[in-house]
Amino acid sequence: MRSLNERAAIAALFLFISGGALALDRAALQKLAAGDNDQKLEAIGVLVAEGDPAAAGMLARFAEGEIEIDGKRVEVVVNNRVRAAVDDALAAFKLLSPDSATRQAAAKALADGANAALFPLVNKALQAEQDPDIRALLEVAAAGMEMKSADKHVRLAAILRLGESSSPNSRTLLSEAAADADIDIRMAAQKSLRAVQYKLAWGERAGLLFAGVSLASILLLAALGLAITYGLMGVINMAHGELIMIGAYTTYVVQGFFRNSSYFDWYLLAAVPASFIVAGATGMILERGIIRWLYGRPLETLLATWGISLMLIQGVRTLFGAANVQVENPAFMSGGIQAFAGVVLPWSRIYIIAFAALVLFFMYLLLTKTRLGLFIRGVTQNREMASCVGVPTGRVDMWAFGLGSGIAGLAGCALSQLGNVGPELGQGYIVDSFMVVVFGGVGQLAGTVYAALVLGFTNKFLESVSGAVIAKIAVLVFIIFFIQRRPQGLFALKGRAVEG
Amino acid sequence: MNRRSFVKAIALAASVAAIGAGSPAALAQQKTVKIGILHSLSGTMAISETVLKDVVLMAADEINAAGGVMGAKIEPVVVDPASNWPLFAEKARQLLTQDKVAVVFGCWTSVSRKSVLPVFEELNGLLFYPVQYEGEEISRNVFYTGAAPNQQAIPAVEYLMSKDGGSAKRWVLLGTDYVYPRTTNKILRAFLKSKGVAESDIMEDYTPFGHSDYQTIIARIKKFASEGKKTAVVSTINGDSNVPFYKELGNQGLKATDVPVVAFSVGEEELRGVDTKPLVGHLAAWNYFMSLKNPVNDAWKAKWAAYTKAKNLPNASKPLTNDPMEAAYIGVYMWKQAAEKAKSFDVAKVSAAMAGQTFKAPSGITSKMDEKNHHLHKAVFIGEVKADGQFNVVWKTPGPVKAQPWSPFIAGNDKKKDEPALMAVKK
Repeated sequence: MRSLNERAAIAALFLFISGGALALDRAALQKLAAGDNDQKLEAIGVLVAEGDPAAAGMLARFAEGEIEIDGKRVEVVVNNRVRAAVDDALAAFKLLSPDSATRQAAAKALADGANAALFPLVNKALQAEQDPDIRALLEVAAAGMEMKSADKHVRLAAILRLGESSSPNSRTLLSEAAADADIDIRMAAQKSLRAVQYKLAWGERAGLLFAGVSLASILLLAALGLAITYGLMGVINMAHGELIMIGAYTTYVVQGFFRNSSYFDWYLLAAVPASFIVAGATGMILERGIIRWLYGRPLETLLATWGISLMLIQGVRTLFGAANVQVENPAFMSGGIQAFAGVVLPWSRIYIIAFAALVLFFMYLLLTKTRLGLFIRGVTQNREMASCVGVPTGRVDMWAFGLGSGIAGLAGCALSQLGNVGPELGQGYIVDSFMVVVFGGVGQLAGTVYAALVLGFTNKFLESVSGAVIAKIAVLVFIIFFIQRRPQGLFALKGRAVEG
Repeated sequence: MNRRSFVKAIALAASVAAIGAGSPAALAQQKTVKIGILHSLSGTMAISETVLKDVVLMAADEINAAGGVMGAKIEPVVVDPASNWPLFAEKARQLLTQDKVAVVFGCWTSVSRKSVLPVFEELNGLLFYPVQYEGEEISRNVFYTGAAPNQQAIPAVEYLMSKDGGSAKRWVLLGTDYVYPRTTNKILRAFLKSKGVAESDIMEDYTPFGHSDYQTIIARIKKFASEGKKTAVVSTINGDSNVPFYKELGNQGLKATDVPVVAFSVGEEELRGVDTKPLVGHLAAWNYFMSLKNPVNDAWKAKWAAYTKAKNLPNASKPLTNDPMEAAYIGVYMWKQAAEKAKSFDVAKVSAAMAGQTFKAPSGITSKMDEKNHHLHKAVFIGEVKADGQFNVVWKTPGPVKAQPWSPFIAGNDKKKDEPALMAVKK
């Protein structure tokens, strides 16, 4: 029981420091319950100094807004300032934990910036620590606290140490020191600051790259279905956005079935096929009922599908109400993973990137490896000839349109996890979808993928430079000029298919 | 007086005379009075505005159950301007000319209010506007029951500058791209400068309505925050963009203890459906929170819960109240009191009677309509988000604060009068 001995030793140490106060002293508790914020901080300091493990549980409850004093529960107001102190204190207590994962998490929390009052505790933990990873984190935490030290050599050592870390907090501390009155401190801090900034800049670039891929995956999902219905079949489907919306609403309905079950987190597994089937079926009904009578008449198709889109919006409004509905993220899609210094990648976006890749892969398989895919390509390239060799072109049209619509439904399912689900959801994506398909080159699936990537990166890069409003305008202007110079898009079809 | 306003004045005088002459008889026969409700029930603002329609309907039901206004039953006319700003003006005109409503309760965004303002001034209608806004406006045809900047934005920023608020030194001003965030940020910029904040310590950023991808913006905030002193974010994002914004904030792990975000247009209703556990500690500044503990609020919350259940409103299983709902509710009752005091539904007479009206508000104070400037005196509360989506009040003003619609932080405002240019009562 090394850890118990250790705890006892530390408790004894702090008993000495704090002049022999009793465990969980009542005065401190009273200050926590009724004092102002300064007194609360002071009390937290006292409790940490006493080092009684019982204080950890009490402080955790205190952060939730209640405290037990003389057997009575009192409600307290805890604001950010106090909560930050409690978080630091709890992390400091966890440094004494026998579990190395707990210690690591606590050290990491402290390395991201902590109250200098915890220095003795961190220093003590540092001396007892064996694990090199945790030691490194603790050294950064300790260095951060020593930055305010009166001793110049201690400060210089701390500045050097911080220069090796890559936490955003180190940058904050170092940029303060970089303007210090002392020339040695200033020079050392500036050198360390450059090192930290170099590391952080890579993190930022990686974060930007990820944001670009994430936006590209969303654009791709939204546009893939259109790449089939418009790109391959030539139907200007203005109701494409509404098929996305139908997919999102299907996800919402499926979520409702799982609402009170213990499998709620897995509702997406059911929602993905459901949204594909519902949107696909809607698409097939549209194709058989309306669009097939309009083949070869693009203007009429455009008007008719626009009318359909209005009807679908109003239909959903009547069924579900005009306000947004809530689609909750399953637990595994909240939060994120710390991938680089200062950059957290949200799980929801990672899953959606993977999902988009998966959809793309299956679509590729379907189009190139199956009989239906062969027929679709055949009909696209030369309808008469395909018909002559016995391909039922009418039915292939129906299936192809159903496939495009189904993929739009999948996009809706994915989008419901990121944004709002309302009747006008599709309106926001129809322009983007057409933009991606036209930019990529009509009739080219690979072009759609590249176009989504290019537009995703361009948009995110411009956003990081000029803000969201200007970025949107700039991308649209760019597309206009591009299409003027190169009306066939990024990739042009060559050969007979063009005449067909 | 030009010819147009002369004709208008004559017409108004004639109508006033007509109502005045026939009033006892007319009132005896008049069994209903129409009120208009002009809130978006669809589109990007529906997330915020739908409940305002419901709370006005609830107030009307309550008043009707208690005998109506001077014996007249309230007959609400609900229209849906669909978050479409020009449609607001059309619907307002329809309410005033076709439905001939005595008063309109409506609008959330300032752009919608600016859109209907000329209609109300031209047709001499009466609008009760229930949402905090940027100020810079006093119309004789509008009563503002939400907060002016000095009743929300300025105290919130002062709080974050204080030791208890975290002594913020660097500021991100983030908003939706329209008149309210732009004007508020202009005021805040001037205010921050007056407190010695350098230009390089302020970052301003805007997103379009309905924006749903906040990845890069949050990355920029993180970068800005690590470049120097303690940073705070002031968010004037409006409408359903708030849901993806807060989701991204939570997912990217930007904690309130590091970079607090204070919002001026996010309340209990907007956070519904957002996982608030990662958001604990982020702030909102309002003049009312559902979590306030006082008998008036308890009674009001119970009434609202019963009403949502009786009407089977969506979300009846988890009824929430918020600040604009409170302001809308106060507006209906103050209008009733003023009509009773004026013994008339005439716009000019009701407006005159509004001065100095009081109402025991759910926020726990007695709200008073200012004698002159058409704004309510309000107490300011700053709350931190709790894990259950409610707010924990961490700071409040000792008492009600008088509104300053002309912010002293905008140049030239010191010369503007703290009352409508043309007083409501015409001779």
